[in-house]
Amino acid sequence: MKSQRLQRMAITSASSLLAVFVALCICAVILLITGKDPIEAYRTLFGAAGDTKVLQGALNRATPLMISAAAVAIGFKMNLFNIGVEGQMRVALLTTAVAGAAVDLPAPLHILFCLVVAMATGAIWAGFAGWLKVKRGVNEVISTIMLNFVALSLVAWAFDSFFRVESTTGSLLVKTKELPTSAWFPDIVDRRLNGMFFIAVLVLVLFYVLVWKTKFGFQLRASGANPGASRVTGVNPKRMVMISMLLSGALAGLVGMRALLGDVHAYQNNLAEQQGFNGIAVALLGRNHPLGIFISALLFGYLGEASGRLQLIDIPKEITTIMTGIIVLAVVIINEVVKRWDDRRIQHKAAAALETVAVPA
Amino acid sequence: MTEHSHLGKQLAVELHGITKRFPGVIANHDVELTVRPGTIHAIVGENGAGKSTLMKTLYGMHQPDEGTITVNGNLVQFKTPTDAIAAGIGMVHQHFMLADNLTITENIILGDEPTDNRGRINFKEARARIESLMTSLGATFNPDTNVSELGVGQRQRVEILKVLFRGAKILILDEPTAVLVPQEVDELFTTLKRLVAEGATVIFISHKLDEVLAYCDEITVIRRGTTVAHTTPSQVDRRSLAELMVGSDLPDPSGRETKVGEDVRLQVTGLNLAGTFAGAKLALEDINVAVHSGEIVGIAGVEGNGQFELCESILGLRKILSGSISVCGQELSHTETRDRINMGLSYIPFDRHREGLLLDAPLWENTFLGREENAALTNGPFISRGKIEADCRSIIERFGVLTPSEQVPAFALSGGNQQKLVVGREMASDPKILLAAHPTRGVDVGAQAAIWDELRHARDKGLGVLLISADLEELIGLSDRILVMFDGRVTAQLDPATATPEMLGTYMTGEEQGDAR
Amino acid sequence: MKFFKSLTTGQRTIALSLGFMLVLSIVRLFTNADDITSSATISSTLRVATPILLAGLAGVWAERVGIVNIGIEGMMIIGTWFGGYGAWKWGSWAGIALAIFAGSLVGLLHALATVRFNVNHVVSGIAINILAAGTTEYLSIIFFKGQQGGGESQSPAGKGGSGEFDMPFLAGGRIGSWRSPDILGWLEKKHDLPLLPDLAGLLRGLVSDIDIPTIVAIALVPITAYVLWRTRFGLRVRSSGESPQAGESLGVSINRLRYQAMAISGGLAAFGGAYLSTVVTSTYRQGQTGGQGYIGLATTIFGNWTPFGVFRGSILFGFPSALKFRAEKNVPALLLVIAVILIALGIVSAMKHKQMLTMGLFIGAALSAATYFLVDEVPQEFVAATPYIVTILVLAGAQQQLRPPAHAGLAYRAGENH
Repeated sequence: MKSQRLQRMAITSASSLLAVFVALCICAVILLITGKDPIEAYRTLFGAAGDTKVLQGALNRATPLMISAAAVAIGFKMNLFNIGVEGQMRVALLTTAVAGAAVDLPAPLHILFCLVVAMATGAIWAGFAGWLKVKRGVNEVISTIMLNFVALSLVAWAFDSFFRVESTTGSLLVKTKELPTSAWFPDIVDRRLNGMFFIAVLVLVLFYVLVWKTKFGFQLRASGANPGASRVTGVNPKRMVMISMLLSGALAGLVGMRALLGDVHAYQNNLAEQQGFNGIAVALLGRNHPLGIFISALLFGYLGEASGRLQLIDIPKEITTIMTGIIVLAVVIINEVVKRWDDRRIQHKAAAALETVAVPA
Repeated sequence: MTEHSHLGKQLAVELHGITKRFPGVIANHDVELTVRPGTIHAIVGENGAGKSTLMKTLYGMHQPDEGTITVNGNLVQFKTPTDAIAAGIGMVHQHFMLADNLTITENIILGDEPTDNRGRINFKEARARIESLMTSLGATFNPDTNVSELGVGQRQRVEILKVLFRGAKILILDEPTAVLVPQEVDELFTTLKRLVAEGATVIFISHKLDEVLAYCDEITVIRRGTTVAHTTPSQVDRRSLAELMVGSDLPDPSGRETKVGEDVRLQVTGLNLAGTFAGAKLALEDINVAVHSGEIVGIAGVEGNGQFELCESILGLRKILSGSISVCGQELSHTETRDRINMGLSYIPFDRHREGLLLDAPLWENTFLGREENAALTNGPFISRGKIEADCRSIIERFGVLTPSEQVPAFALSGGNQQKLVVGREMASDPKILLAAHPTRGVDVGAQAAIWDELRHARDKGLGVLLISADLEELIGLSDRILVMFDGRVTAQLDPATATPEMLGTYMTGEEQGDAR
Repeated sequence: MKFFKSLTTGQRTIALSLGFMLVLSIVRLFTNADDITSSATISSTLRVATPILLAGLAGVWAERVGIVNIGIEGMMIIGTWFGGYGAWKWGSWAGIALAIFAGSLVGLLHALATVRFNVNHVVSGIAINILAAGTTEYLSIIFFKGQQGGGESQSPAGKGGSGEFDMPFLAGGRIGSWRSPDILGWLEKKHDLPLLPDLAGLLRGLVSDIDIPTIVAIALVPITAYVLWRTRFGLRVRSSGESPQAGESLGVSINRLRYQAMAISGGLAAFGGAYLSTVVTSTYRQGQTGGQGYIGLATTIFGNWTPFGVFRGSILFGFPSALKFRAEKNVPALLLVIAVILIALGIVSAMKHKQMLTMGLFIGAALSAATYFLVDEVPQEFVAATPYIVTILVLAGAQQQLRPPAHAGLAYRAGENH
């Protein structure tokens, strides 16, 4: 019965592809209305795929997206909506930048230290939301939104008051003290593709194994699918909420590390901005599945990297942001429609199969 | 068929040849129903006999596949409840359709608000009309209070007011007494009598024979989807009515070999459980139950008398106030649910959709649910998918679950097959003690027999079963002993060989309380 | 307490405001932070609070009909852009009207996704936020770039204001060319007196330098309350958010109601956005909303899903920012205000025998007061984070008192709920 699984996968992929296609069509209409040539725009946008540098940049941009999408998806598996990845990431960024600059360790250990600090900080910040939900019954959507803004203010204040150092190179950008080179995550392609890409892929692999292959993952999914049913089997739903919030926060902490350890090597305002939010779109398009997330992250990474080319032909690159929004809306709508159709199909098939089974009996 | 030759007086409702099919199920077939105006007409039948489906047909919530509906002499076709309301039919659903945070008035007038021409609600007029209806109903609450502050009986009163406010003359009440305490039942019938006296007609769905015999004017019996008798309380007694419902003499459990073992599998002693809110009476009071190996102990009772709470307490899902629970001699007080399951406790839940299945997940994941500690299905912290699938296939085969494969999502199965899957899962790990709540609810006859056979078979091999059921046939046919629960207490112990439905009925309704030990 | 509970929401708002003024007055006498009740502060409080108020009302309309609207921020963004565009082309009122129209369309889009296609409300809201940000940035480049005074992220200045005036006699407004006396302005400066100058400041703040969109926005509070609680449409809207099954079983078309209410919600949010780009300033700027849509969402919760509650919340959340903007040095005095309020709440909770809560409140009061004596300045970031922290605290501490619409955010499909 493997074919049945493949069939479902094919349907899932097809509906995601359809969503992307619909978004391209709607954006083409928008381009037309605003007096731009969509064919030329798409030729430029996708023509850039032949350029190795663009592809490397796309992978680089995809790195944080994969991690933040995994952070969002692990919540989704539990029916939890962690909109706070952005805030968790931001708190982790400043903490790691400060802690990483304060210690002196050999290279691999130093990087590991930074990653652990980032994950712990992200988990703690997400833990607030988890605690509020478990102990006080506060909806995590609201609490994580609120905590995002609190994080934003808190980090901005702490950075301004305690951790900023005046630039020595005469640059106007204010940063924290630079990390020692032992904490720098090495590049694969110098200044183009950072090694954090492999960490992101590793995160997706571990995410897959944890959620689909382990007992814990099964309980997580069961608890999300039907809390009542898993409760009577002795799975404590509150504990599962707390654990998945902490896991999600830990991953959120990692999101900014490509920018911090692999690029800027110090905290500055706007560092890795929006990368936590964008993970939501990636997770939705990728249907919370690691493979889907990987492909979606590459797509969004590519769109982000290649959109700059549009400006050369006088088309605002923001058309890709519109595209992202439409893709998200289209994918969830198409999923709903397809799921209803597919459910009916399966039900009918099961009923039909039964008749053939039932006759000899 | 007797006594409906009241010439010259039109029937309020006449259903003729009604058949309603759902995918894989025939819910109703060849239903004949005649309701005279100004009567309380009971429709009785077991759970799942098709009473509610029939009433939904009459209320326009779905359309019949065959047959005709005549209301007050007019042939009608209802596409939506709105059509039925327009024809003067109102329905009080079993699950109330009320908005808690709106006031009584707002709930009643919703959808039929008296307004001025600018859409402003005329609360004065609404209030006047509601108050006059309340007087005729004998209801005494302040119509400006929020529905959230009302008790169940009062909520039902609001539902009736809603129906009357729309001018309904024919009222359908779907198992209205299921949720009421005895005193409220009396009040309800006083109300209904009053309405009938003022010209209304009441169709009353129930499976409680006492109240049907006591209060109703006519009775139609439904069994297995079709009407089998039309009678009056003066023509039948409880025993014969019960037989009409069940369709045959009650099963005769005598001559069965008892193999009840010596060892106690489940021992519940002096169990007390607090009520749901502070100051409420105890949900369970001094419960003492023992189940031996090879024994099925039946728990009879009207739903909501503590059966659910008893199961939750045994499973460790609720913190008990006092008392002790042990499985195979091991005290459970300080163990978590998961440990209890690993000690050999198994549970067929009350509601398979809410607590038994992951509907969107494939069957193999469903049969794995709750068995994550089963070493034969796992490999350290990992799950062994191949083994789980094989295990699922064996459950499917053993319990005759009709499905194309174990990869199908659970929602694709019919209710009976879903239930067989749940029963199969719970028996698959060879439990020591099984809590079986309504193991055959909503299941067709074939599946029911299969599940019963499995339970008997497992019992003969030494399983101890605590069987909670509302189905008297099931209780009498399977149990070695029957305990009756009423109001959070065990009020009687009966021998199935000598128990009659009347006896069960009197204990279940709390009219009489016997020796629980 | 019983007396307080017997009041209507409108009366409660007035009673609470008076109590609040009293606290402010005491603190002002004690600290000489005269600006905490000056008419200038009050007047700018209104200006800061109005967009939050409108966003909060948008939240009330959406959640009351049963749809969670995370997209308020996006609808506001749309409002800022179209407000700016309309003001530039035709004038402020045209901008506001255009914004409301565009916002309603976005509200309908949210309804389409959630009602017709049963999409998760939060997901749809997020998609709308992304879409709104992208669309406005794109449109700015197309329409504003290269225009005089405009740019990639900014519109050219709008034409003319939407009408501002001072009330004659009370706030020295003009009648014809004659400038009337400014009675309240005179009273307000008698800083040695208790309460009187504070009330004068409050009143003068309400009647000086006012503009019509602000009045319209404030008027929408009682209007919303009236429509929701006194009309057929309002009753049906509320029933849809509480129990759509109840309405449906009585023949109410839930889906149509949801489209209507979401159009209103989107229009209100966009009005709030347009207020920023036509009244507070006269240009659209990218990122102008700065998360005020989310503060609006917070006030919806803080205000217990009632229009008057939202009004209270928006004033409370707007006040610190306004003070910060008007009189930086007076902001620490708010710490004392908080301390006094916490003590008052502590006394109330002590009367209810809630020891833990009482202790927490008193400790909070002590910390707050101690901070006042230790710092000279409250960082901007703390002022900005206040609404969010307050909302979290309210949700965590006072959830029993909150009554969210029972069915808000839940999946619902007509005809499948029997």
